[in-house]
Amino acid sequence: MALKAEALIPGEARGRVCVLRAPISFWGGVDPRTGDVIDARHPDRGLNIAGVILGLPGTIGSSSASSVLLELVHAGRAPAALLVVEPDAVLLLGLIVAREMGWPRPPAIRCDAAALAGLHGRRIAIGRDGTITPLAEP
Amino acid sequence: MMVVLTAAESAAAAGAHGDGAATAMRIVIEAARLMGAPRLIPIKSAHIDGALYHGDSGVLFAEKLVAGGAAVSVPASLNVGSLDLTGCARVRLEGATRDMARRLMRAYEAMGCAPTWTCAPYQAGRRPAFGTDVAWGESNAVAFCNSVLGARTNRYGDFLDIACAIAGRAPDYGLHRPENRRATFVADVSGLSAALRDSDIAFPVLGALFGRLAGSAVGVIDGLQGCCSEDRLKAFGAAAASSGGVGLFHVAGETPEAPTLAAALGGAPPAHVVPVTPAMLAEALASLSTATGDAVDAVAIGSPHLSLGEIDALDRLLGERKAVRPIYACAGRHVLGAIEADGRRAALERRGVTLVIDTCVVVTPILPAAGGALMTNSGKFAHYAPGNTGYAVHYGSLADCVESAVAGRLVRIDPLWR
Repeated sequence: MALKAEALIPGEARGRVCVLRAPISFWGGVDPRTGDVIDARHPDRGLNIAGVILGLPGTIGSSSASSVLLELVHAGRAPAALLVVEPDAVLLLGLIVAREMGWPRPPAIRCDAAALAGLHGRRIAIGRDGTITPLAEP
Repeated sequence: MMVVLTAAESAAAAGAHGDGAATAMRIVIEAARLMGAPRLIPIKSAHIDGALYHGDSGVLFAEKLVAGGAAVSVPASLNVGSLDLTGCARVRLEGATRDMARRLMRAYEAMGCAPTWTCAPYQAGRRPAFGTDVAWGESNAVAFCNSVLGARTNRYGDFLDIACAIAGRAPDYGLHRPENRRATFVADVSGLSAALRDSDIAFPVLGALFGRLAGSAVGVIDGLQGCCSEDRLKAFGAAAASSGGVGLFHVAGETPEAPTLAAALGGAPPAHVVPVTPAMLAEALASLSTATGDAVDAVAIGSPHLSLGEIDALDRLLGERKAVRPIYACAGRHVLGAIEADGRRAALERRGVTLVIDTCVVVTPILPAAGGALMTNSGKFAHYAPGNTGYAVHYGSLADCVESAVAGRLVRIDPLWR
């Protein structure tokens, strides 16, 4: 059954959802060249976020998170989509700037924390209006 | 929520003033939409933290703005870059990385930003008036601007700061709105000794503690009446904005929106009152140091950038002695000009001081690559040095730092340690 969520940054995406187990600071927490989680204290250290539909239970504010996300987009190592519980103006600014640069950018969707947790590991499609549709396993 | 725009804002977003101005206005409008701001507000100035090199995409963005004819429409100062363009200190960035770091700094200058290259713009003549709206980046500058000057800014991050400076507008939300500037909790430090409350070394420690208590909430400190100088509040704010998300703090009887404790609280009861005990302060003090043993390989001061008064204190404490460990003293061009004019730059350099201008030692490689133990009197350096430089940290007073640099090993003379 489809889930209606809010499209913060509209766009389409398909893929498997990975919800991080703890909030993350993109600056210092994600390698901008590779998309690897590098924060030594993060439970998902070593995960590569490129191309996955990334669920963020929270973000830790750094004023340079937007730079890291823009760098990931430019390097082709960004997630396929971001699922967030609360909009983080600093992080998502990286996607706003990516559009201004004319670079293909992933969508960002807001959904509630319970829905986000339930999506972990599922394959989904995201529609332009923010609709999240579960997909059958291949 | 829809962002309601004026005709002039819509026209700018559509390109009436060129491609660069349109890009900037669209970024400001999109940020407003994301944060639920109902409208944009005019700003009087900007302080821009976007010229520090994180990767090529940021350079391409800045150069696209320049190519689109973008220029700042309000007075805009620049935070530190990745290079010391004055040549006082050698930055170990080479080849393509050095070129890109330089291109980024030049692009921001080309948009009309003043080459202040300092994280203490408020001591370089950039002091917005009480109650005015501005768009400032750099966490310590944001904290000082809101708290000590009483001007109004959110914590502007990369890209949005320059976009606001070009558009002359900012999203109307957060700390721009008076109802969000009221303190909701009290940190009561009246249980600490009077001597401690009136010592330089206590302020970064209290700041680090306050940041952890506050998170991103607005709080008021009670019990520092008569103990605050501008440099002490600067050190407090920088430490608080490193350990927590502090964009605004009040000090009862000292800062402009806190003539009294009740005024800081907006007449409402606080959600909670935290009595700060000597044990809590001792724990915060201990958390600032990560080094063990008594080795000191370098000393770093000046985060935020040193004021002329702080240079005077360094000069006085060092006297005619020569440091056997390098003292990296980070400051802006506003201070360099003054100490070149009176001949003190050369005298300080002869005695083992390396001036670091336009940048600082935790954002770009300046410290010797060998690593080791770094001593500092800055709560912010203490917070960031281990992760960003690999150095372990001894935190101490300025006097402790100078004595350690002269002795070549850890020396503590400040009474707080006794």
